[in-house]
Amino acid sequence: MSGYAFIGGRGARLDAPEKVSGRATYTDDLTRPGMLLGALLQSPLAHARIKRLDASRAAALPGVAAVLTWENAPHTRFGVSPARHDETVLCHDKVRYIGDELAAVAAVDRVTALEAVSLIEVEYEPLPPLLDVEAALAPGAPQIHEDYQGNLCAQVEQAFGDLEAARASAYLVRTDRLSNKMQSGAFLEPQCALAEVDLRGRLTLTSSTQSPHYVARTVAMVLGLPEHQVRVVMPRVGGGFGPKAAASSLELCTCLLAQLTGRPVKTLFTREQVFLHARARHQFFHTMTTGVDREGRLLFLDHEAILDGGAYASFGIATAYYAGSLLGAPYRLPAMRFRSRRVVTNKPACGAQRGHGGVIARALFETQLDRFAEELGLDPIELRLRNVMEEGERSCNDLAMSSLGMRECLEAVRDRSSWKLRKARPGGGRGVGAACGFFVSGAGYPIYRSRTFHCTVVTRVDESGSGVEVQSGAAEIGQGCDTMLATITAEVLGLPLDRIRVRSGDTDLGLDLGAYSSRTTLMTGHAAREAAEAVREAIVAVLAAALGVAPGAIAFRDGRVLVEGAEAAALEAIRTEYRREHRGWSGLPEGGPLTFAEAARLAFLERGTIVGTGKYRPPPLGGSFKGAAVGTSPAYGCSAQIAEVAVDLETGQVKVERVTAAHDCGQAINRTQVEGQMHGCVSMGLGEALMEEVVFDGQGRVANPSLADYRIPTALDMPEIETIIVESHEPNGPFGAKEVGEGGIMPTIPAVLNAIYNATGVMIEELPASPERILAALRARRAREPG
Amino acid sequence: MKRFVSLTVNGRRYELAVAPNRTLLELLREDLGLTGTKHGCGEGDCGACAVLLDGTPVNSCLVLALEAEGREVTTIEGVARGSELDPLQQAFVEHGAVQCGYCTPGMILVGKAHLAARPRTTAGEVRRAISGNLCRCTGYQKIVEAILACGERPEEGGR
Repeated sequence: MSGYAFIGGRGARLDAPEKVSGRATYTDDLTRPGMLLGALLQSPLAHARIKRLDASRAAALPGVAAVLTWENAPHTRFGVSPARHDETVLCHDKVRYIGDELAAVAAVDRVTALEAVSLIEVEYEPLPPLLDVEAALAPGAPQIHEDYQGNLCAQVEQAFGDLEAARASAYLVRTDRLSNKMQSGAFLEPQCALAEVDLRGRLTLTSSTQSPHYVARTVAMVLGLPEHQVRVVMPRVGGGFGPKAAASSLELCTCLLAQLTGRPVKTLFTREQVFLHARARHQFFHTMTTGVDREGRLLFLDHEAILDGGAYASFGIATAYYAGSLLGAPYRLPAMRFRSRRVVTNKPACGAQRGHGGVIARALFETQLDRFAEELGLDPIELRLRNVMEEGERSCNDLAMSSLGMRECLEAVRDRSSWKLRKARPGGGRGVGAACGFFVSGAGYPIYRSRTFHCTVVTRVDESGSGVEVQSGAAEIGQGCDTMLATITAEVLGLPLDRIRVRSGDTDLGLDLGAYSSRTTLMTGHAAREAAEAVREAIVAVLAAALGVAPGAIAFRDGRVLVEGAEAAALEAIRTEYRREHRGWSGLPEGGPLTFAEAARLAFLERGTIVGTGKYRPPPLGGSFKGAAVGTSPAYGCSAQIAEVAVDLETGQVKVERVTAAHDCGQAINRTQVEGQMHGCVSMGLGEALMEEVVFDGQGRVANPSLADYRIPTALDMPEIETIIVESHEPNGPFGAKEVGEGGIMPTIPAVLNAIYNATGVMIEELPASPERILAALRARRAREPG
Repeated sequence: MKRFVSLTVNGRRYELAVAPNRTLLELLREDLGLTGTKHGCGEGDCGACAVLLDGTPVNSCLVLALEAEGREVTTIEGVARGSELDPLQQAFVEHGAVQCGYCTPGMILVGKAHLAARPRTTAGEVRRAISGNLCRCTGYQKIVEAILACGERPEEGGR
């Protein structure tokens, strides 16, 4: 075992008591005196020129405090990638998807605000909507954005190793395809924003966001405010999974309405608006030509992807790179070429979602590995074991495996599932499938190119010495990073969790890039460790001087500070002084070593407030080719899963009966939370594998914008999941820790697809593997193989 | 035209004038400030707004405030006794059944109603009971374990 007092344990989440008692506060739970309610006018057409917009009737409606249109809104373009700032707060010349924002209203209540929105008159000149990549790429297609020639928002071309030589030497080569449908984040809390301006003009935006830092920068840039005049706060957030990482017109309009009216304004999305706004998983079309040698060793991957990005770039440039770069590992792949095109269409913009960019690519690649195993007569896990990289290796696209428990993950799921009972010959309606996954632990650069630290932490000891507060801008969206920060601080200071408070999710508290790319444990965890160590060093220095011992003689454990070789009289003097300050108090220290409070109080008396600061910025990560920044990471998590399924050959219904999941997260900080992330990953993956699909009608309208018609797994859809935590030691992570929040989704879809193949003998080329698609595939196979 | 409704919420009697189209969810959150009941969809699909109406779980977004006339409503704020958590709330804390927390109030109320009706329950029954409550974070497993741990014959997770 680790020998840690807190790390690797199962401490309860810090925020669990408030969440189970209904006291946790989310943005929509907040009200302010005199608060107005906001509402947005969104385009009913997917593609149209705006000929006229008249908001005069809305402005005249009693109860309306302000109306915001292009006329009085800033025109500054914004977006996620600075190279693709393609959004404005409100549309001016064109609307580009159903849901594009045209105007916003603040009124005394929501009914009035909605009525005002309905009074805004817009005259459109409809343009042909481009609703899929074929239409958008067709010669002569109208351009959705002036800047995107041929409706191409990004083009990626990367090549590593000698592809042609590898192709010539391959024993088996095959080409396969897989596509998915746009997915919804389906977080339970719809986006909500509350903005207020104080009498010195400082704007505070409280928002259901995953990245207060990026939102604050965007607000300052678009509203033209100096950065010190913008504060972004996240209260409790009801899930994010990626789509809440980008700043939005909802947030910007709410800020602008608060400025216009001088009153607090709150705007809340309906569930339908969550679907319209989206910024969730792209639709991907992958084609992979892959070759292996006689023994099943991978020789090359030639990979093409087309991404349907919807109307704006959002995180999509990174998506277009991740779709290729994440296949560089965990297998030894001597040659890889990746070409991708991200296409804009007249649908909601797509962005980041759990497993950013890599999920569908991984699904296709892992199903290909199973086909190779079948053709070579190899066990699919054996084929994978022949290819997995080991710690210390570097991929052809320069990803360095500073730790990699891939082999351990594969062996663990093989040995703890029904894998041994798997039949090699497909059919019969029951199947077992395996797959692996791989993901970054944070990105090497912020989304804006900069030398900035990615996070800072300030750890401040109460002047009383009794407790410690950790202050950070990190984004707690449910994944548990507050508890992670407290656990690391507890470990360094030898102080029980209940003596540590965490304040986070506030740009006033420090810089943190936010909850995305599985970065928080590694990066903010590092900063928290550094800050706590600085606190410890300050206390040690004071104590060592007071007691005349070497700093190395002082240790922190169980809320005590143990000093070797100190004179009893000197220790007693510290205690006496502490007791004198607390006359009449109960529970004062008596006997035994100094308490943390006594030591920390002495440090305060000598030095004033004891504050430690920490920061983190990744080291240079290799790769000088274009796009190397998307994929290189200080560390990589990896995982393996086995799915056991029953397929009803009459109805096409798939029942996932059991999933065995192993994940290498490095040193687990909190085992219960690691398991929780693994469960959540499997759940989202099963949804995407079997049921999730945003459906569009012929006009570009979302046809299923509700949680009844867009189905996510319920408790009845979820199988029993066995989780196995594999703990490699990651040298670049705090206490050896790395990611689990996203990588755990990677193997789920291909494990299910491989299990479906094992059960039926059919390959699914379009996700989700709904009963209709499975029946169609079964029918097609019967037609090909009569009898 | 507003109408009067009298109802009991968490043991306390209220009389309020409400518009006929006001939902019980709006009454709880906006009129009484009981924001522990969450608004996830407004269409009865997600279960985040579940409360107990005379002990039976309902989606409060689909119940008109006037329909609660003379009835007893329990929200998440009525589950703990003062600052002492209910055993099911404590089990959610200890089993790691909470992540973002948005589904948690509804899950706990539905779990309590289920355990009241079926104290000797099974994982399969628990899964059926909470199948109208969506959770995107946990994959439900630790929620099922937490509810089972409060049954009369706690079983390991699983079906």
